[in-house]
Amino acid sequence: MSDAITFNGVSKSFGPREVLKDISFAVPTGGAYVLLGRSGSGKSVTLKLICGLLKADAGAILVNGDDITGRDSNALAPIRKHIGFLFQSAALFDSLSVGENVAFPLRRHTNKPDGEIRDQATAILEKVGLAKEFQTMPGALSGGMRKRAGLARALAMEPAILLIDEPSAGLDPITSNEIDQLLIDLHTNQHATLVVVTHNIPSARRLATRLGFLDDGHLIAEGTPEELAHSEHDIVREFMKSQQAG
Amino acid sequence: MPIATTQPPPPSVLQSFMESIAAPIEWFGGLCLFAAQAIRECFQRPFEWTEILRQTYQIGWQSAPLIVLSGLAVGSVLSMHTRATLERFGAESMIPTALAFALVKETGPLVTGLLISGRVGAGIGAELGGMRVTEQIDALESLAVNSFHYLVATRVLACVVALPLLTVLMNFSGLLGGFFAEATISGMSFPYYFHAAFGSLAFSDFIPPTAKTMVFGFLIGTTSAYLGYNASGGAEGVGRASTQSVVLSSIFLIVVNVVLVKFIAFLFPVGGA
Repeated sequence: MSDAITFNGVSKSFGPREVLKDISFAVPTGGAYVLLGRSGSGKSVTLKLICGLLKADAGAILVNGDDITGRDSNALAPIRKHIGFLFQSAALFDSLSVGENVAFPLRRHTNKPDGEIRDQATAILEKVGLAKEFQTMPGALSGGMRKRAGLARALAMEPAILLIDEPSAGLDPITSNEIDQLLIDLHTNQHATLVVVTHNIPSARRLATRLGFLDDGHLIAEGTPEELAHSEHDIVREFMKSQQAG
Repeated sequence: MPIATTQPPPPSVLQSFMESIAAPIEWFGGLCLFAAQAIRECFQRPFEWTEILRQTYQIGWQSAPLIVLSGLAVGSVLSMHTRATLERFGAESMIPTALAFALVKETGPLVTGLLISGRVGAGIGAELGGMRVTEQIDALESLAVNSFHYLVATRVLACVVALPLLTVLMNFSGLLGGFFAEATISGMSFPYYFHAAFGSLAFSDFIPPTAKTMVFGFLIGTTSAYLGYNASGGAEGVGRASTQSVVLSSIFLIVVNVVLVKFIAFLFPVGGA
């Protein structure tokens, strides 16, 4: 099986602060990779590097075999059309309704008629349980609804790779489970490659086929949930023992 | 036994001075590169017609009430001041002409530019700053949309298009305000007032000062977009971007106006600036 995402010796700094130090890992196509680590360990930076929202200082990042290192916005566009990104804050466009947020990528990248786009957006919103909120503005949604709307927008183009930043942060356990189930269904039915950043160990165990643990800019452990539970690193074992959500 | 530690020597006066001037130079260099990219992106496909029209509506049409009201006030005040001066020389009949020249050549373009830098500059700085800190700009990029092209180029273009149109509106409102003041004070008739005002104006008096507001629009658009697009630091950063957008675009506008007035006077020695 080929790799959807490959990191080869990637480093990233912000000023004097080195966030990622010579990171290498690969996510196979159709795999579900969960990145764990303490706050500020570089997990979200890793997701942004995969999407080209940040540029690596050193090393190479390959997405479906294409080296994206150093590409500008226009050159990244064809690759980004196959990537869906759920931001931690959902990052819905304030000026557009929930439905128009979901329809936005379809309007930009397809030539479908307006009616068909609206139907498709409604169908995606239905999948995340928000079909009635098509006309609602993002400001009027709760945290969980925003997250689901963000997920709907990320799914609009039926991406082959889905990057998810903290799907359960700030959510109650029931909503968190619902979002996990959505991701599991997507992974199972559409064979999408998932890369998920989370602090929520139960959620990570449910989602992951493989996990990576970032600490102080280094990827110190990689493996299945069981392998990480018996890691040689105390911090990894401690983390994996945690049953606390988010 | 205490361990001796070596501390770095304090920076020299020259070093501190160099560091203090390096940051503004770096900032200004960034702004110039941003402006150059904005020009390039304005001419690159795909042309975002829907977004350009939406921005032109917001920047232009929605600023119209502010411009009309300000124009009426500025025109009537200018008329009263002009009357006070010309009355001494028994030249009241010259009031419409003097007012038209003052408005069309300088007051109209400059006041329009300053008003729009206040209303629109703050708006662009706050809107893009808000989008930056809430990751909406990242979200646009993740959806395979060139955020600079979609957000910055469209707003800059809308400012460049809207400013001359708003300046014409300001000029007419100013003349109308002047007429109301004159009609109240001296009972001057409408046909006489406008005949006197426009009779002495040539196209060369009107076109260059109005066209220079395109430069004002570009300055307002790029400065405020630069500050908003590169905002950081949460709500405080957005507020800072918004305030600096108004302050800096107004300063740039006033300074560049001096250069443009001189340049127009050089190109059109008779009518001109």
